[in-house]
Amino acid sequence: MNYEAVIGLEVHVQLKTASKMFTRVAAGYGAPPNTLTDPVVLALPGALPVLNKEALDKIIKAGLMLGCTIAPVCKWDRKNYFYPDSPKNYQISQYDQPICLAGSVEIELPGEARNIMGEHKQIPLTRIHLEEDVGKLTHEVHDSLVDYNRAGTPLMEIVSEPAMHSAEEAFAFLTSLRMTMVQGGISDCDMEKGQLRCDANISIRPIGQTKLGVKVELKNLNSISYVRDGIALEIRRQTAVLTGGGSIVQETRQYDGEAGTSVAMRSKEMAHDYRYFPDPDLLPVQVDAAWRATIQATIPELPYARQRRFITQYQLPYTITAVLVPERALADFFEEVAQLCGHPQAVANWLVNDLRRELAAGGIALAVSKLRPAHLAALVNLVEQGEISMTAAKEVFNDMFQTGEAPAVIVMRKNLKQSTDSGALEQWVQAAIVANPKAVAEFLAGKEQAINAVKGAVMKASQGKANPRLVDELVRRQLLAGKS
Amino acid sequence: MLAAKSISASELMQAFVARTTAVEGRVHAFNSRDEVGALGLAAASDARRAAGQARGPLDGIPIGFKDVIAVEGQPLTASSKMLANFISPYDATVTTKLKAAGAIPWGRLNLDEFAMGSSTENSAFGATANPWDLTRVPGGSSGGSAAAVAAGEMPGALGSDTGGSIRQPAAFCGLVGLKPTYGLVSRYGLAAFASSLDQIGTLTRTVGDAAQLLQVVAGHDSRDSTSLSTVIPDYSAALQKKSRPWRIGVPKEFFGLGLDAEIGAAVQQALAFYRSAGAEITEVSLPLTAEYAIAVYYLIATAEASSNLARYDGIRYGHRTHSATDAISIYAQSRAEGFGEEVKRRIILGTHVLSSGYYDAYYLRAQKVRTLIRGEFMRVFQDCDVLLSPTTPTAAFKLGEKSSDPLAMYLNDIYTIGVNLAGLPGISLPCGFTAGGLPIGLQIIGQPFGEAEMLTIAHTYEQGHSWHTKYPNL
Amino acid sequence: MNSSAEINIEYVARLARLALTATEQAKLSQQLGDILHYVDKLKQVEVAGIEPMAHGSPVFNVWAADVVVAGLSVEEALRNAPEQRADSIVVPKVVE
Ligand SMILES: [Mg+2]
Ligand SMILES: [Zn+2]
Repeated sequence: MNYEAVIGLEVHVQLKTASKMFTRVAAGYGAPPNTLTDPVVLALPGALPVLNKEALDKIIKAGLMLGCTIAPVCKWDRKNYFYPDSPKNYQISQYDQPICLAGSVEIELPGEARNIMGEHKQIPLTRIHLEEDVGKLTHEVHDSLVDYNRAGTPLMEIVSEPAMHSAEEAFAFLTSLRMTMVQGGISDCDMEKGQLRCDANISIRPIGQTKLGVKVELKNLNSISYVRDGIALEIRRQTAVLTGGGSIVQETRQYDGEAGTSVAMRSKEMAHDYRYFPDPDLLPVQVDAAWRATIQATIPELPYARQRRFITQYQLPYTITAVLVPERALADFFEEVAQLCGHPQAVANWLVNDLRRELAAGGIALAVSKLRPAHLAALVNLVEQGEISMTAAKEVFNDMFQTGEAPAVIVMRKNLKQSTDSGALEQWVQAAIVANPKAVAEFLAGKEQAINAVKGAVMKASQGKANPRLVDELVRRQLLAGKS
Repeated sequence: MLAAKSISASELMQAFVARTTAVEGRVHAFNSRDEVGALGLAAASDARRAAGQARGPLDGIPIGFKDVIAVEGQPLTASSKMLANFISPYDATVTTKLKAAGAIPWGRLNLDEFAMGSSTENSAFGATANPWDLTRVPGGSSGGSAAAVAAGEMPGALGSDTGGSIRQPAAFCGLVGLKPTYGLVSRYGLAAFASSLDQIGTLTRTVGDAAQLLQVVAGHDSRDSTSLSTVIPDYSAALQKKSRPWRIGVPKEFFGLGLDAEIGAAVQQALAFYRSAGAEITEVSLPLTAEYAIAVYYLIATAEASSNLARYDGIRYGHRTHSATDAISIYAQSRAEGFGEEVKRRIILGTHVLSSGYYDAYYLRAQKVRTLIRGEFMRVFQDCDVLLSPTTPTAAFKLGEKSSDPLAMYLNDIYTIGVNLAGLPGISLPCGFTAGGLPIGLQIIGQPFGEAEMLTIAHTYEQGHSWHTKYPNL
Repeated sequence: MNSSAEINIEYVARLARLALTATEQAKLSQQLGDILHYVDKLKQVEVAGIEPMAHGSPVFNVWAADVVVAGLSVEEALRNAPEQRADSIVVPKVVE
């Protein structure tokens, strides 16, 4: 029998705010243990929560980017359960009136080849709500250590409909979601820092059956490739169980990405009687049209829409856009430079190849790079106008990247201006023809590439400063003149 | 209070320390106190006064704190073994305000554990006695605050009132007990019992003192989301003005079965006083409140409490058991050892009413009836400025008398609980004594943010009587 | 109300993380049974169409700007901890 997988994802995304969700002590990653606490974070007797407005703005923005309905009224509920990483032993969350409803995430599946755009589709969302993160447990040999720095960080829970059918789709969902949240400035979504975490609900059913199979919750998918591999493994596991005549047990399984295995977690007794009730310490939130409009005005173009525009407006190849668009800063930089100098393909090549290489090599973020859009635009113009050779341009680029100088300054200082003095050039061409009789003969006999040897000699003589287009023109003219 | 410069703050503080030393063995109002610290603050106050920098009428005045209100560097035990060793690293907002006004935090005052009770017998550190009769309870849960003021150990104290926990002990101890409108005084730094009902208030000898103390602690606080923005009037100035003939409503249900005859008579005399002072007295009816307020209260309060008290688990602070090794039994065992019987009872009840399958029937329904109860009060207030009733159906009962029957104890809060459910202000003031010499309390219930008018009406009564000048024989 | 005045003490005590002795369980069952019986009177009230009152006052949209305020030092944060090591709270190993 053939089976179809049904997958729903629950994604937790930390919001990028200065302070925590319900108190104004700093939020952040990597601080020494228990240095980001206050009476509210530690749930000391008498401490009370106060909402972070920025977290509300950010989740509304996320919701609008994903096409959600923003609820006119949402409220705060307590989810009661005991765990050492949860200081109050309840989590403030949103139960039956979340702030965002419905919406969807546009995903792209792998294309037939690397350079061909794959199929796009919309994965519907159930809801998005706001809650608070818990602290961090470190398990030692005999006991565990608790650090509450992360406790109280604003956390957005995005719940998809069970509408995905393969590990690839789940992977694509997360990729797209992450790209969208980063573009919106909503989260940095660094999975290594726990800023994006994913659980999956997975079931399989015979193809054609509409009733859902027994679902297994898969946890600990803490890298984007673990999401794909873990889900694929779980689908294989369930298929093997059913094929072997067994049945699926509803359970929670922990994925071990290193070992590529999963194990059932000790079932938490009564895990689901959370005794949700409205938090009396926090008042409901009303979001009116004016507030929505204010946030709407801050929303950037969505990544896939931008990618489609780059392909049509700038005539960029899919592969180039697939590199440019996921990094908003890079794509913004591209548009700025292209606006200044035209030649979008040339600009895109500089960014995708040279700039990314240099940034990676230096471990530098584009935002702090010394390279300015105006300078890159000037460089592209110098090349396009034949002022400098491509070889020289590479050198100028590297200098620009290091020093932040304008290209004209570097060209001047290093004397890289392409020679267009046709007197000298004519002489070098003459000399090159004389020095390469074999190549000349081959070219005249119809072997086109043979001309390169002559042109190379001219370039060498000019120390790379000759304009390649001009050299080509002169060599051809002289060779053909000699023939006639 | 310290208006005249006849004595210094240091002399005053020394007098209260001496009085406390003399009577505390019999009253047991304090859980702890810092005499050296208090005397130091008194000296600082004298220095300010000498330099012409006194901070107002409360500068140099010792004020007691119910042991659920945070004062930085001082214990906060909630009269629970759970927090026996807890030292607060921060100040409650009311503490910050009182310190800024120059008041001297004077001691941590006993209560029913986590403010759950009406007798101050549910304390891990022993019961407090009623200064008027040491064999009787001072009321609760702010019994330590009431007893301390009644015994002359301090001129005023802060308490908290969730279902009558300031007004009932005030009535039992012959004091003025003020429970402000929900949201008037910040709850930040008050160890929560039931968040939607709790309110910090004052216990003082006179209405004037209550007005001065309220003046300092009232006002919006950005650390408490339920704290409301409202203009704080000059309460002391308001005491003197009598704007119009008051319309006083008398809820007939509050004079029914179970009301002690002596108390009923004392309250009728108070009504006669107001009538003769020109007030218009009308009988009103609060049938839902009378019938259902206690049931609604015990569902909502225990549900909220079961969640509020989940933080006491012996992990980050508080009592941790020595007889458990795994995480789950650490919780269950630490909490079993750390909490007293009444707290456990309410946690279990609150957990039950929120649990799967029971939520709608109990908690949600209680919230809806609460809406009706508030509506009932607001309708009555269309025709009256204030309501007037006894504070309690009986005077102070004997220690141990009701501790074995929780339901009987709960029913004692019948006249006070509606005020909390509706979020209204209420005040209890002395209006006589029983033949046995026990104080009787008169309750005035105000409209939301109607503290000024409520205090004025109370003050007028106080001016015409001398109950507040009587002291217990200790 | 579908509720009887019954309460599954064992289940609720486990939810509430309270270890109760058999004697305590028996006593609580009886006392809470009485209280639940008493509150059952609420089913007499007509509440159709009535909004539940979840807060002490009907206010909306209370929040603060995202501006960092200093918190507690590690010393203050761990001052009341029953057991600590490496600036962290020590708890018995949690098994999942
Ligand atoms: Mg969830
Ligand atoms: Zn969540």
